[in-house]
Amino acid sequence: MITVANASVKYDNRFVFRDLGFTLPKGKIGAILGSNGRGKTSLLKAIVGLQKLTGGYIQTTERIGYVAQKTEITFSYRVLDIVVMGRAPHVKMFRVPSVEDYEIARKTLTDLRLDHLIYQPYSKLSGGERQLVMIARALASECRILVLDEPTSALDLANQLVIFQALQKVAKKSGLTVLMTTHAPQQVSLMCDYVLLMYNAEESEWGEVDSTLNAENLERLYGIPMREVKVSSTEKTFVPLISTTEI
Amino acid sequence: MTQREMRQEDAKLGYFRSKLTWLYWALVVALVLSILIALGQGRYEIDFYSVSLILLENMAIVSESWKPVDERIVELIRLPRISVAGIAGAGLAVAGAALQGIFKNPLVGPQIIGVSSGAAFGGAFAILVSESQVLLVSLAFVFGLLAIALVYIVSRQHGRASILMLVLSGIVISAFFSALVSLTKFVADPDDKLPAIVFWLMGSFASASYEKVLLIGVPVVFGIGVIYLLRFQLNVLSLGDEQAQSLGLEVEKIRWIVLAAIALVSAAVVAAAGVIGWVGLVIPHFSRMLCGPDHKVLIPVSGLVGSIYLIHVDTVARTISPAEIPVGIITALIGAPIFAYLLRKSSDKGWSAE
Repeated sequence: MITVANASVKYDNRFVFRDLGFTLPKGKIGAILGSNGRGKTSLLKAIVGLQKLTGGYIQTTERIGYVAQKTEITFSYRVLDIVVMGRAPHVKMFRVPSVEDYEIARKTLTDLRLDHLIYQPYSKLSGGERQLVMIARALASECRILVLDEPTSALDLANQLVIFQALQKVAKKSGLTVLMTTHAPQQVSLMCDYVLLMYNAEESEWGEVDSTLNAENLERLYGIPMREVKVSSTEKTFVPLISTTEI
Repeated sequence: MTQREMRQEDAKLGYFRSKLTWLYWALVVALVLSILIALGQGRYEIDFYSVSLILLENMAIVSESWKPVDERIVELIRLPRISVAGIAGAGLAVAGAALQGIFKNPLVGPQIIGVSSGAAFGGAFAILVSESQVLLVSLAFVFGLLAIALVYIVSRQHGRASILMLVLSGIVISAFFSALVSLTKFVADPDDKLPAIVFWLMGSFASASYEKVLLIGVPVVFGIGVIYLLRFQLNVLSLGDEQAQSLGLEVEKIRWIVLAAIALVSAAVVAAAGVIGWVGLVIPHFSRMLCGPDHKVLIPVSGLVGSIYLIHVDTVARTISPAEIPVGIITALIGAPIFAYLLRKSSDKGWSAE
């Protein structure tokens, strides 16, 4: 469970967001939507503990794993060595990971179907593979909450699907609580339970996807006309109505 | 999964642990050969066979078939000198590897980062005020650590240090401590203290003795030990602060332990042999090409390669001309062009952007 109450972050006397609050129940998938520079990343970092709040508080009950938007690694370690670094919270000072730690790392890689990459250096991986390896590293820490910053924004459509499916699978299988930022409302409507819409520094809206995510709110969020499209009797998606003649 | 099953699994994926085992053995054999060759080289040459026998005499009974003077040269003059060179090489290389990991940048070394200049000032000051070897090492350590801390504080912006900021901060801090060294020389007694400081600063293994082996050996072995014990934490730390912190590592604590170990090792080397630059930059970089970036392997490989490298450099230093050349000059002549090359190459790979 993640509880955020009256949270504020301020840079140079300007609020990035102010008095923000929501509760994501255990085992649910939540998404944060908002245009660029709305403070989505700051909010995530505050939840993970990498960013100090100027006001309010954040409460998390369990271990958190964090996957950044894009992860650069200076020294090109092998995938297994990278994933085993997820075991860092369980490895004492002056100790190295045990055989069990390596087994957990291997199992995590197997669960995400990354066995074939186990000894590849990180620099040789594609963007999608890197993102999966980072998810594997977070999961190897045996976190119960997974926080991801735009996990698919740098990826092509096929790889976006791979990441979302992998996330959905592990979330369902192990009852993980997942919170992520994204620019893809259509994915949110398909796989998420809750959504936070960050309109501006002062105003935001939190609620279940079915009731909160609609064309009207998305128009307000992005400032462009949106349309809701029925894909089937149960699934719907959102498309922006971008006109090329009206510019 | 048992160790054996894991190994079979690895083999299927084309990864062989035995490759690393081979590398270790090759380096150990190279080190032993280097020592034996170096023991024979010099203005007075002793053949390889005699050198081996002289050494074996201490361990087993071998009948004496060599001139007594050979034995004295090998055991009392060359062996301590080569030991100091080997220990210094291992220390500098491991300190460099750890430093590169901490700054997550493969282009830093103890000298670039200013630790050598800081230690040099500490040592020069110690010679000025006393004759104590312990004070020499202690002050070299304190000022080496101070220099590292200053570079660390100056170079970081928004929690990260770019290569440019690191090199510039290193120049600034080195310049500052060099000025202090000059000041020390200026006020030193020109008949007695000044020559002592000048000769010490030039960096040479010529004054090596078994006492010096102890003086440098104890802190270097201890420092390398600490760094090796933290090999996994170093891996995590080399991902950068943000990742390391989100992975639950005690970033600040571990960084300072490693920095202290680096300062200790560098200070011990400076105290025993003066300022020897570039080894800590070039050797870890080269070792990474041999064995990959994992500190578990990189630390021992760097240590062995550094040892071999400095033993040979020292042999060249004392044999190439009738008058001995300071080791620091040769390491700089080799190291500086290599650094220039790596710097150019790295901008293609995007290290400079980090």
